[in-house]
Order: sequence, then C-alpha cells, then structure tokens
Amino acid sequence: MRAIYQKELKTYFSSMTGYVFIGVLLLLSGIMCLWVNLLGGLSNFEYTLSMVSYIFLLIVPVLTMSVVADERRNKTDQLLYSLPLGTGRIILGKYFALVTVFACAVGVMCFYPLILSLYGTVNFLSAYAALLGFFLLGCALLAFGLFISSLTESPVIAAVISFFSLLFLYLLGSFASMIPAGASASFICYVILAALLCLIVYRLTRNGFFAGALYVIAAGVLCVLYFLRPALFEGSFPALMNWLCVYDRYTDFANGVFDLSAAVYYFSVTGIFVCFSMQSLEARRWNEGRSGL
Amino acid sequence: MICVNHLTKKYGSHTAIEDLSFSIEEGKIYGLLGPNGAGKSTTMNIITGCLAASAGTVTVDGIDHFEDSRAAKRLIGYLPEMPPLYGDLTPYEYLCFVARAKGLKGEALEADVREIMDKTRITEMSGRLIRNLSKGYRQRVGIAQAMLGNPKYIILDEPTVGLDPLQIIEIRTLIRELSGSHTVILSSHILAEVQEVCDQLLIIADGKIAAAGTIEQIIDREGGDGTLSVIAKDEGDLSEVFDGIQGIERVQPTDADEGLLGFTVFFRRGSDIREAVYRSFVSHGGVLLDLHANVPTLESVFLHLTERSEEISPEEPVSPAADAKDDGDENQEDGGYTPQFR
Repeated sequence: MRAIYQKELKTYFSSMTGYVFIGVLLLLSGIMCLWVNLLGGLSNFEYTLSMVSYIFLLIVPVLTMSVVADERRNKTDQLLYSLPLGTGRIILGKYFALVTVFACAVGVMCFYPLILSLYGTVNFLSAYAALLGFFLLGCALLAFGLFISSLTESPVIAAVISFFSLLFLYLLGSFASMIPAGASASFICYVILAALLCLIVYRLTRNGFFAGALYVIAAGVLCVLYFLRPALFEGSFPALMNWLCVYDRYTDFANGVFDLSAAVYYFSVTGIFVCFSMQSLEARRWNEGRSGL
Repeated sequence: MICVNHLTKKYGSHTAIEDLSFSIEEGKIYGLLGPNGAGKSTTMNIITGCLAASAGTVTVDGIDHFEDSRAAKRLIGYLPEMPPLYGDLTPYEYLCFVARAKGLKGEALEADVREIMDKTRITEMSGRLIRNLSKGYRQRVGIAQAMLGNPKYIILDEPTVGLDPLQIIEIRTLIRELSGSHTVILSSHILAEVQEVCDQLLIIADGKIAAAGTIEQIIDREGGDGTLSVIAKDEGDLSEVFDGIQGIERVQPTDADEGLLGFTVFFRRGSDIREAVYRSFVSHGGVLLDLHANVPTLESVFLHLTERSEEISPEEPVSPAADAKDDGDENQEDGGYTPQFR
C-alpha cells in the first residue's frame, strides 16, 4: 500500500493535478474568506466553508477522474494486478494519496481562523469543527469520485459522470421536495431505483442473469410490500433522498454544531465507496477483455 | 514448477481458452507459440494472476493462485504485451516503486534496482522520463520490472513485438541471459524467435494446446513423413523404378509438363533415399531432371497444427498430467507428452 501511496503522491505533484486542486481550493476559500469574513465583518469561518463546499462539484472530478481510469487506459493496471498487493491495498493506497492532497489544502485553511482572530473574536471550536466536517465531506466525495473512476477507462467520462452525480447529490434535497408524498409515487421511484442499482450490479459482475434475477426479486418484494402495507411507502422515498443528501449533513457543521451522526455518516459513505472501488477493480480481473464504458 | 490444470476462460459466449493443461519445469525457457488470438496472452494473464479463470487451477510451486494469490505472485515477474509503464516517472523511480510493491526495502531495494538496471543496460537512461525513451528502452524497463525481486519465473508476453532488428537481437540476448537464473516463459508468434531462444515449446491454437515438447520432439511427433519431389523424362521403363528402395512409404504421381513425369515420394524421416532413387532411375534407363527433398520444419508443423486445430476433439483435451500418468517414464525424461487428436 505504501508503494502505491508514494507513487500516487509523486504523480500528483509531478503533474499539475495536485497543484491545480490545492490552488483552486485555496484560491476560492481565500476569496470567500476575504468577502465573507474580512469585507463582510463576520468572524464565522463556518459560513465561508459552507460556500466553498460547492467547489467540490468541480475539483473532486478533476482530482479523481484519472486515479483508476488512467491505469486501465494505459494498461498499467496489469502491473498492479501482477504485483503481490491485492486490490484492497491498491485502492487504499490511491485513496489515501487523494486524501493527502486534499489534507494539504485543508491544512493551509487551518490558518484562516487564526488570521481572522487578529481582527476580532473567533470561536475556534466551531470554526475547526466546521473545518473537520468540511474535511470529512471532502473525503466522502473523493471516495465517490474514486469509485466512478474505477468504473471506466476514460478519465473524461469519469469526470463527466462524477460531476453530474455530485450535482445530482447537491440537488437531491430539492428533488425530494418535488416528489409527491403518496405511496404510489414512492413505489414507482423505488422500482426505478432498483433498476438503476441492478444496472450497476450488471456493470460490476457482467452477469445479466444475476442482475436480472436480482431486479425481479427486488421488484417482486416491492410489489408485495406495496399491496400488503402501502403505508410503508408514504413519504418514504423523499425521506430516503433527504437521508442520502450528503451536503445537507454539512448544514449542522456550518451552523457551528459538531454533528457526530453526520461524521459517522461521512465515514460510512467513505467506507462504502472505497469498498465498492475495491470490488470494481477486482471485478475487472474477472471481466477483463470485455468492452467497457 | 507451474502447473496449469484444465484452465478455461470464457468471455460471455466466447471461449478464449478451453481446458488447457500443462506444466512448466524450472530452469528452462518455454515458448508459448500460437497465431494471433490463440489465447497466449489470456493464458499468461491467468498464470500471473492478472485475470481470473472461469474454470481450472494454476499452482506456482504448489501455491494456488486462488488460495494465496500474493504468495504466488511473489514468485512471478511479468511483462505484459504492452509494457505497463508510467510515462511521468523516470526508470529509476518506476523500478523503485515496483521494488517497494514487491516488498523490497532500504539497501536491498537500492542494490536490486541498480543491479537490474545494469543487467538490462538502462543505467544511462535512469534519469530520463519514461515517456521520452525509445521503444527498445521502454521494453528493457518493462523487462527490468519483471526481474525485480529475483522472481523464480519470468513471463514475457511478446517481448520483441514492434522492435527494430537490432533491438530484437538485444532483447533476445537478454532473455537468454535470464535463463541462467530464472525460468522464462515467453509468448510469440514469430517462429524464428522461439526456435532461437526457447528450450521447450507449447503450441496453442484456438485456445487449446496443439503440441508441446522440445522443437525436435514436436517435429518428430507432428511433422509426418518427409517428401521427395521427383521430375524425370518419360523415357525407359519406370513402372518399377521405386520398388525395393528402403524407407519409401508411398509414391504419388504429380502433374508434369508434356514428355515429363512427376512423382511425390513419401519417405520415413531419418532415412535419406535420394541416392537410392538416383541409382534406381539410372538402372531403369530413366533421365532424372529434378530431385528435391522436403523435410518437416517447425513452420510446416505449426501451420499444420494451427490449421487443423478445429479438428481437435473437445472430448479429448490435452492433459500433460494425464499423459504423464499414461506414458510413465518416457515423458518424465523428456518433459513432453503426446497430444491426443481424433
């Protein structure tokens, strides 16, 4: 894992990718800090971070698009597979390198509250709690970007999918309010969601029968539940969407509250997508030679 | 020893390799020979753990890839068909990365990287970015990464493809040097290359083993009879001209110009019947115009095997393990086996 980690870090800092990521993040956070805190006269660094968090939409795809996709495109994945490492170590090495680049930017941002304290009173606890929340949110989104990159061999496609997926996650809260609270609407949404999930399963396993059977079972269970206990579906899909909205969890951090459940949520999202990435890389060992995205 | 047992790889409905079985003994250079698309790269990818098999097992010194893949991979160095290089690293940085990934540390890492760079003659290029190196040097860097960590088995997938003649000679020399301390498996579709470099051959066609053994063994087993092309004037009594000549299996008349007679004489390999044929023609009053012997070569055997591979019975897959049991000591001695064809 250490070998992969060192190599990835070297790659980020021998190319422009790492510098662009850190530079854009620091530039935007600097501008926001100037605008909100210094020119606006507010000592709450949390508000600045809340506004800066939207930049993840752009910089996460830039940093993660090549991380696995490039290996496949350049056929260097064959080297990784042939080395005595295992897919778990490969993905962890790559993920920790991503987090290290992000941590470099966050490390510099740690000085912002100190600078602000020169001009007024800063609540350091809430400022650094917000920074921790910001870091955890970034880590979760980087894991998501890593997973998207592991699905394709084209960095451009990975970047586009990551961008629109993150945009969708941003707007998930708004979409949730548009869905009727009735049981039938939630039922239809669940059936569509099951189809999408089975499509991902098919992408990972390349087993049409398995994915199809999974969908039939899922749709069957949903139908049975809908006809037996329709009350279960009332308002449940909008609630699920709100639960999945990763950015909404950051609201408490931005308001100066360290939300432990949100921290656990971010850790969980990170863990899930890192595991998905490992499975995706392992799945390629079984399906290599087939056409990909 | 690498043992490949009943290996099958399917991509959906397409079967890339089917029920492949063979074993690799230590200290030899093995050539995996086959036409493009025969399944050579798939076989190598499965042996190295880059690809999972649909069925069958691969054991490296008794270690099953499926049970302890990392331990098995430590024994193997692999150069895929396209060298897996990072263009934004220098050869030195790249080799240090691979060495670390193979578990080398500190001075041992440094010493191994320096030694391998010397052996593969890339030391003078060690500070340049890989993307700026020529194809020959990139291939050397690829071979160097396979040699790192002193693996027992080095597997090279078409190591000379795309190189110029001088680079090909250099890479072949390097491979021969490797054979002293490693077991080498290389794939190729260039007959001259495997003839020059390899001790043992495995000919793969349509995902199945068509023949295995040394070049001589394969030619002996699969080459069939030698042939003698004869053209003579249509003079004298030639009806019994081939009678009584030792070694002749059969004679087949061939087309010839007006006033001439043509024959193809099939004879057992090992016997030279040219002189006897000449004397017989003279004694029968014939005038011999052309006498040309054709003995089976690896090329003719290869073409013969790859053309008829579709006739191989799927019910009787080639299995060296099974053959070794059947053939006993004979196969133990020469390390080969007799493929079963219908």
